[in-house]
Amino acid sequence: MHARADASAPTWPDDIFATLQRFDVRQVPYVPDAGHSKLIERVLASSTMRGIPLTTEEEGVALLAGAWTGGQRGVLLMQSSGVGNCINMLSLIPILRFPFLTLVTMRGEWGEFNPWQVPMGSTTQGVFELSGVKVLRASNAAEVPAVLEAAAAQAYNALTPTAVLLSQRLIGAKVFTK
Amino acid sequence: MSKANLLDRRQVVSTLLADRKDVVAIGGLGASTNDITAAGDHARNFYLWGGMGGAAMIGLGLALAQPKLPVLVITGDGEMLMGMGSLATIGLQKPANLSIVVLDNEAYGETGGQTSHTSAAADLVGVARACGVTDSRSISTMAEVEAFAKALHDVSAGPRFANVKIGSAGVERILPTRDGTYIVNRIRGDLGFQPI
Repeated sequence: MHARADASAPTWPDDIFATLQRFDVRQVPYVPDAGHSKLIERVLASSTMRGIPLTTEEEGVALLAGAWTGGQRGVLLMQSSGVGNCINMLSLIPILRFPFLTLVTMRGEWGEFNPWQVPMGSTTQGVFELSGVKVLRASNAAEVPAVLEAAAAQAYNALTPTAVLLSQRLIGAKVFTK
Repeated sequence: MSKANLLDRRQVVSTLLADRKDVVAIGGLGASTNDITAAGDHARNFYLWGGMGGAAMIGLGLALAQPKLPVLVITGDGEMLMGMGSLATIGLQKPANLSIVVLDNEAYGETGGQTSHTSAAADLVGVARACGVTDSRSISTMAEVEAFAKALHDVSAGPRFANVKIGSAGVERILPTRDGTYIVNRIRGDLGFQPI
């Protein structure tokens, strides 16, 4: 079991869900993360979105290429450690030019207790930028709606591949230790 | 090991696509995408020149977006092995209009013919079935290929998986367009979608 630094139920996942709904997002591939759990629940309960659990994050990049070819928008949910799993598959994005939006819950920063999370968390933004994906960040709940709106608009309207990093400061650092 | 009765990859693919009607066909990185080209260029052909391991997932995204269209992924054993987890993802979603055919020559033909895991140990038919793709079969005759070619038009009975043991003889290189944006937008246009 673990506790979060902020135990009150967050509402920013509802803001994200509302934005995705407004942009007519239909396919939501994900590898679970505690920080995404409420959003995943909303997606799985939705009648317009399909939540698609993956075995590894790169599956989601390829899935979104197929979804767009078939006329649907999607968004990939993952945590920062999954970004490394995606690297080669990210090459599909500039080649096929499909709208790519991913929401990444961050580990390995802001009060992290697990050293094993730090290397990938530290390179997440760099990996995206080297792969041609623009990076936006939300560090507190108040800025989530505006960041999501900007990210979805540029990803779906301007075909600008975009990752939103949901900072560990926003989601709350995991605490296993005393 | 006997290598008798191995099927010809070009004959298998041309049979799968001979009466394709509204099928969208995805060719995995490597010789499979060339086989689809050899069967005849088509507005609904999705040629992959990269993204190894992604062919089945592209098929899943397309199949979920277009549930009334038969979606056919044709790929090789090496490409399927790299994306083996996607069989678990597909087994969970159970898209009834998705069919996957692996052209299994038990080798990485594009890189010098090094043997693949299917040559001695890995059983992709068993993997697909164990992942929840219950219609999973091994194909060794052209009659079975013809039956599969008919079955894949039934968009209510998938997902289905077939592993076809093929000969490893080299075939003439027939290359499709390498322009990915053109490939995607041509399919989208044929499905009735406008440019953004």
